[in-house]
Amino acid sequence: MSEEPRMIHLENISKEYNGVTVLSDINLYIRKKEFVTLLGPSGCGKTTTLRIIGGFEYPSTGRVVFDGKDITTLPPYKRRVNTVFQKYALFPHLNVQDNIAFGLKIKKMSRGEISRRVDKMLDLVNLNGYGKRSVESLSGGQQQRIAIARALVNEPEVLLLDEPLGALDLKLRKEMQLELKSMQQRLGITFLYVTHDQEEALTMSDTIVVMNAGHILQIGTPKKIYDEPKSAFVARFIGESNIIRGTMVRDELVHFSDMDFACVDSGFGENVPVDVVIRPEDLMIVGEDIGQLTGVVKSVLFKGVHYEMMIDTGDFTWKVHSTTMQPAGSRVGLSVVPFNIHIMRPTKEDSAK
Amino acid sequence: MRKFLKRFYLAIVLFFLYVPIAVLIILSFNAGKSRAKWEGFSLTWYAQLFSDKAIMNALYVTITIAVLAAIFATILGTLAAIGIHAMKKRPQALMMTLTNIPMTMPDIVTGVSLMLLFLFTKVERGYVTMLLAHITFDTPYVILSVMPKLKQMNKHSYEAALDLGATPIYALFHVILPEIMPGVITGAMLAFTLSLDDFTISYFTTSPLVQNLSTLIYSQARKGIKPTMNALSALMFVALLILLLIVNRRSNKAVDKN
Repeated sequence: MSEEPRMIHLENISKEYNGVTVLSDINLYIRKKEFVTLLGPSGCGKTTTLRIIGGFEYPSTGRVVFDGKDITTLPPYKRRVNTVFQKYALFPHLNVQDNIAFGLKIKKMSRGEISRRVDKMLDLVNLNGYGKRSVESLSGGQQQRIAIARALVNEPEVLLLDEPLGALDLKLRKEMQLELKSMQQRLGITFLYVTHDQEEALTMSDTIVVMNAGHILQIGTPKKIYDEPKSAFVARFIGESNIIRGTMVRDELVHFSDMDFACVDSGFGENVPVDVVIRPEDLMIVGEDIGQLTGVVKSVLFKGVHYEMMIDTGDFTWKVHSTTMQPAGSRVGLSVVPFNIHIMRPTKEDSAK
Repeated sequence: MRKFLKRFYLAIVLFFLYVPIAVLIILSFNAGKSRAKWEGFSLTWYAQLFSDKAIMNALYVTITIAVLAAIFATILGTLAAIGIHAMKKRPQALMMTLTNIPMTMPDIVTGVSLMLLFLFTKVERGYVTMLLAHITFDTPYVILSVMPKLKQMNKHSYEAALDLGATPIYALFHVILPEIMPGVITGAMLAFTLSLDDFTISYFTTSPLVQNLSTLIYSQARKGIKPTMNALSALMFVALLILLLIVNRRSNKAVDKN
């Protein structure tokens, strides 16, 4: 992936609305054929970032570079990107076929060529024979597919997707996630995807960009972001986690909960305060006598695949995921392997509580 | 009993509303000149009506003004509505209030103020000033009927068009206009009807040399109503009734659709 050239480069992008900063100093590049996801809670600036790339908004400062050219103030109709909008934004006065053909007609393509390409697209999104239907007669999932076909038929270099699956039910959403991902790999198009659903981001992306309050907090592969969150916010937003205050005694040794733990991180210095992250599935429930920590099970919730237990060890209540259940009130031991203890520098705004 | 009283009440209300019009229509078919005595069925007054030069001229003025005013007001009002719709919330509310005020203002105020404007600017009153006046009072109604359609539109439709390579003008004609067309047509018909119907504003903004039907009827009525006027009024009533029915049907359909 890394040898592909950079398609889009955002340089020092900031955006203000009436004195309110919604994006500050965004720097990001997207490589050709990459599937990049902007992930963050609502209002974090991810959609604004997408709209700046689409040309629907101009940044207050900074540059948008596309394929080596500055396109910061180029209007949307001159950009080689296409967008799939949140609520599809299909044209209700046109039928399915004419919706998909909209962009091709503007390019003054011949009728035969247009109908050939439209059919190919209908085939791609598994809606063969729907050409003459009115878009309002279609289900949400089908409309979504038409919106994707309408964008892809123009053969964009980059496809921008703004929470495209937000309006679909869970089962359909999961199906469409896989379908979109395989479509992206088959066609070799760069995808920039916006979502607030961390699971969706982990499933589909080559690279995840975690955003909050107009800032980029971390950029990395799904695995890297999950295993090595750089801040408490990222750790909490991607998956579930236990975050506890601790002290780095020296390289590969951390102190928390009145105990020293071996870990694999180094380079923090000696006796510096740190945040310690342990994922709920990485805490193992063992016998009371052999656990590194001991505590009482406060509550048990059945979550389908696993049980979620809150275990109080006196100074901290740990969230633990396990396939075997310990009844509430029982005393258990907890243990964790060094590899699963993740150390972060505490950040000012979002230090562990 | 209660039910009967309710129905009876409704019946007499409708009776008093429509009897004058019914009498007028019946009299228009009266063979004699009398307004009190039925002298047999005849179409004399209709024949006379169509051979009366002054009336035919006024009819021509009325219809051409209504058509032209409707066309100009529709273009102006539709573009204005699109512009207002794109505004931010507060200027939008301000603009909507400004367009609503002329609709609630008494016609006589609009008429007199337009007359004063034309006197002040030394524009000679006649066909053009009457047309301008009609465009003026029609436009807010067009804005009012286009606005809801714009609000119903997916707010990303226009952006989607630009995204697919449409210039703003192409998007206006191929995406926005088709989507708001029902509102535009309703607005145009409303403008046409209002213009056809108007007396007060026309009276103050034209010269005695250029008369539309309503001002003509008014000036002739002072000399005593000729039975041709009955025939003319009956025809106007029927024409407006048909137009109103079409407009109502369109707006009912729009309501059903949502």
